Amino acid sequence: MRLRYLTLTAVAFFSAFPLYYSVVVASRDNAALAQVPPPLLPGGNFLANVERVFDTVPFGLALLNSFVVSGSIALTVMFFSTLAGFAFAKLRFRGRNVMLLITVATMMVPAQLGIIPLYMLMVKVEWTGTMYALVVPALVNAFGVFFMTQFLQRALPTELLEAGRIDGCTTWGLFRHVVIPAARPAAAVLGMLTFMTAWNDYFWPLVVLTPENPTVQVALSTLASGYVNDFVLGLSGTALGTLPLLLVFALLGKQIIGGIMQGAVKG
Amino acid sequence: MATRAPDRPAATTTGRASHRPPRRFLSHRFDMKVSPYAYVAPFLVLFCAFGVFPLVYTAWVSLHEWTLLSDVHRFIGLDNFATLLGDGYFWNATFNTLSIGVLSTVPQLVMAIWLASLLNRPLRAQTFFRITLLLPNVTSVVAVVVIFSQLFGRDFGLINWVLSWFGVDGVAWSEGALSSHVALSVMIMWRWTGYNALIFLAAMQAVPRELYEAATLDGASPYTQLRRITIPMIRPTIIFVVIVSTIGAMQIIAEPLLFGAGTNGGNIVTGGPDRQFQTLALYVYERGFVNFDFGYASAASWVMFAFVVVAAAVNYLFISRSRGDLT
Repeated sequence: MRLRYLTLTAVAFFSAFPLYYSVVVASRDNAALAQVPPPLLPGGNFLANVERVFDTVPFGLALLNSFVVSGSIALTVMFFSTLAGFAFAKLRFRGRNVMLLITVATMMVPAQLGIIPLYMLMVKVEWTGTMYALVVPALVNAFGVFFMTQFLQRALPTELLEAGRIDGCTTWGLFRHVVIPAARPAAAVLGMLTFMTAWNDYFWPLVVLTPENPTVQVALSTLASGYVNDFVLGLSGTALGTLPLLLVFALLGKQIIGGIMQGAVKG
Repeated sequence: MATRAPDRPAATTTGRASHRPPRRFLSHRFDMKVSPYAYVAPFLVLFCAFGVFPLVYTAWVSLHEWTLLSDVHRFIGLDNFATLLGDGYFWNATFNTLSIGVLSTVPQLVMAIWLASLLNRPLRAQTFFRITLLLPNVTSVVAVVVIFSQLFGRDFGLINWVLSWFGVDGVAWSEGALSSHVALSVMIMWRWTGYNALIFLAAMQAVPRELYEAATLDGASPYTQLRRITIPMIRPTIIFVVIVSTIGAMQIIAEPLLFGAGTNGGNIVTGGPDRQFQTLALYVYERGFVNFDFGYASAASWVMFAFVVVAAAVNYLFISRSRGDLT
């Protein structure tokens, strides 16, 4: 019994320690890192380091870009997934099962397989280097639709929809007055998950953006790869770009974890 | 309310029926027939354009000599694939991917199941443990590699400092093949173990309590219960997680890309100066987005996809064949 708490605490420690240590490094200077033993407590250099981050890369622009991109993606994914999830879960139409099957099947295909044509497409429409290249391909995704379909199948009673129909509701009326209120908790979780995924996305932004107009992750990788021995600089940027999201997660974590666990069992 | 509800629509239909029955009937039929398609259309159109089309088009590109520099794309059949089979860098990347994949996935899943079974009993501070376990997964991959590159630093890294207590001095993690694979696997495990543990936990919570109660009465130890009850009962979830992890492991790219950048400066895309930790996905990236050889890179990504399918299928067969005793 006591051993179980001890083990879990140890695991929790190893989960949190690297993040804590990034704060330690971010609040020190490079000379302090070379000491033996290495520093294990935060110092007082954080603000000076942050200033250096903003001087080295366009970090303010990166934060703005990441907010706009992740926010718009989260909103559209929530809306379109609820819309399509409602149709897949509760409406009858020809081809429904085939479409749903294809959607689920493509979730298993590595996204990297399509990255070259996607890049060629972006070159063609001249979106490389702009945020359109991040937002437009991410407006919808298969996971969101699958997630909302699963949720609405369980949480939305068919009798409620039938009652609405008898009262003369059109399908759109049903969607607005019955489906959206019922879908709200799941859509909120989906929105948070999507926001975090978009915020943390690295590979596609790296391919399609330039260091002059980056997202947070691209700016961080510029910091980390351009200044090899300047760990303080890299980790200050990391702390700055990561900790706000982690803080939000710690506050809303219960709901997000509930969403992840629900989505998983059904899969 | 319940008694009135049927009255109202009946009254309206009879009231309006005499005036314009066909139109209302038609618009209702139109709504029932067409609106489902309208609801899935935005998703399907965007999904086909940006999700499905690129997947298929990759195959077409792979059959061509296709670079960014030339507007002429010569059809060369399977030549790219033939070249690929004799490409030493490609096989090196394949080996590295498998090595990192096994090193990171196997311990990770065993640990995740074990952690989930620890969480799946009455526990104080349940939410605290869950949130802490998931923190690494919310951390971006860039942050993870930046942080661990410093922890794995040769001269001033915390890990070498701890190892020095045991007489191990100055391990150059990024230089050797095995040591760099271990370092990358630690990063991947750190990021994903807690997430997978929560997925297993969700499955474990659906196992009927009576099974455990009966087993406890029969004197079965917690370990026996885990082996004989929990693992067989959550087998579908195990298969699901193994397949998803396999797919993920075959695509590892950001970790070696950034690890190389953080430790070797210039040699960003090669995965170290001797390509000692270049993965398949990173090789595809090098050929596609550094050399801009789209045809060859597309062929490589299709072969990579074939490997993913084979690896997932092998794992699926392995797991679904082994009865009961997974651990």
